Amino acid sequence: MAKQIEVAGLDAYYGSHKAIEGISMTIEPRSVTAFIGPSGCGKSTFLRTLNRMHEVIPGARVEGKVRLEDQDLYGPEIDPVSVRRTIGMVFQRPNPFPTMSIYDNVAAGLRLNGRVSRSQLDGIVEDSLKGANLWNEVKDRLARPGAGLSGGQQQRLCIARAIAVRPQVLLMDEPCSALDPISTLAIEDLISKLKQDYTIVIVTHNMQQAARVSDRTAFFNLAAQGQPGKLVEMDETSKIFTNPAEKATEDYITGRFG
Amino acid sequence: MTVQTGIQPISATRRAKDRLVQALVYLAFALAVIPLVSVLWLVVKNGAGRFDMEFFTHSMRNIGARDAGGGAYHAIIGTLEQVLLASLIAVPIGLLTAVYLVEYGEGGRLSRIISFFVDVMTGVPSVVSGLFVLAFWILVLGMSFSGFAGALALSILMMPVVVRATEEMLRLVPRELREASYALGVPKWRTIVKVVLPTALPGIVTGVMLAVARVAGETAPLLLTVFVTDSINNDPFNGPQMGLPLYVFNQTILPTDVAVDRAWTGALTLILIVMLLNLVARLITWWRSPARRR
Repeated sequence: MAKQIEVAGLDAYYGSHKAIEGISMTIEPRSVTAFIGPSGCGKSTFLRTLNRMHEVIPGARVEGKVRLEDQDLYGPEIDPVSVRRTIGMVFQRPNPFPTMSIYDNVAAGLRLNGRVSRSQLDGIVEDSLKGANLWNEVKDRLARPGAGLSGGQQQRLCIARAIAVRPQVLLMDEPCSALDPISTLAIEDLISKLKQDYTIVIVTHNMQQAARVSDRTAFFNLAAQGQPGKLVEMDETSKIFTNPAEKATEDYITGRFG
Repeated sequence: MTVQTGIQPISATRRAKDRLVQALVYLAFALAVIPLVSVLWLVVKNGAGRFDMEFFTHSMRNIGARDAGGGAYHAIIGTLEQVLLASLIAVPIGLLTAVYLVEYGEGGRLSRIISFFVDVMTGVPSVVSGLFVLAFWILVLGMSFSGFAGALALSILMMPVVVRATEEMLRLVPRELREASYALGVPKWRTIVKVVLPTALPGIVTGVMLAVARVAGETAPLLLTVFVTDSINNDPFNGPQMGLPLYVFNQTILPTDVAVDRAWTGALTLILIVMLLNLVARLITWWRSPARRR
């Protein structure tokens, strides 16, 4: 189910502004890869290029290669909609659909793609909510609006919604930055559980979080404001946090800048 | 000049200014409400006299200016049919235009041109839309005066209002919701239909109702397109029809008290119809929303 992602020489632009430059990396299946780096260094932009969400923004474009196993995601014959169906995403701010109930939110991905029966759907919704550690809290009120949940519950609802379509990769863009420590812990536990089945990539500003949840860590930086962001180094998380190869990485994780 | 530092009590001049501005705001509010309340009051007071069964079940056929009785049944039917037809034409076109402008146009050349002409249409005087339909539909194409011709004129007036209101509401839908849907592998058109439009629905309904309210009270375009009749004509596609604003207009220009009373009741009926439509639309949106299940 989980698949490997390979990126080679990737540049991303907003209009004429180059946001990231020359990024190459391999993201291993069934593991958690964390992206860290100062604000504006392009880690969120890079994350969004991995499931072709970057190009949703008017004027945005990408150069370079992203491969999922043996498929080129930016190949001319590839349907971006199917890419996003295969590579799911969880956003910084919880964004359940406000017009839908809890049940409908989880079912949204399948139902909007129109391909399941009601009984199948019931099973998938239950599995997904269980997978997101939310089932026990909401099983008695599935018909209530998703927007009525607390922030942490909403974020787990969004994770349930993302895994309901059975993606192979799950991208998370600072999924805990709007949450309190207890909800954060719940999500981190969830990430450790999900990595048995999915390839997970997480952007975070919280270095303890990167150290806690990830297997490999990539450090991004930019030379100066207005310059494109670059990948400085990527390695085992334990190595990055104890014995990084680059001086900039060490300065960043020890809090000397950023 | 010395600069005051530290924590100070509110100075007397600031307090006075605050009072003054507050008083001005209340005054402005009262000034704005007076005409509204007085119109409502007058219409209810003067319209109550003929607010009876005969008014809602009879037409003006064979009833002269001096005769008591008579009703607006033909005009009510006409207004309902014309407004319904106008909405059937204007709402889908307006909605789709707004969807194009917000979701697909992205500030391109075509969307700027459309946007410009929507603004131009907003400024078209209502009589001009009537003249256009008269000149094009009736004189050039040789169609007869009919409720449908009136509906065409009204739809020209409705369209820009629907476009603008829908556009505003669609722009208020957060980007994140669209992205959440894209990230689930939902195609753009389904995202618009299933996520964006439902989220904006209450606002769109309000906008459509405002447009309905605006055209329901139009007299000039009807005068040129539906002609005028005292008889009941249920078929909006054939022969002259009546409309409530026309009915009010026709009765007020008659010199008798009974006619003027009919005009007041006609005005009251028009207000009630618009109010009722508004209520129904709100009930429907409320019934469709998840808030009901809370």
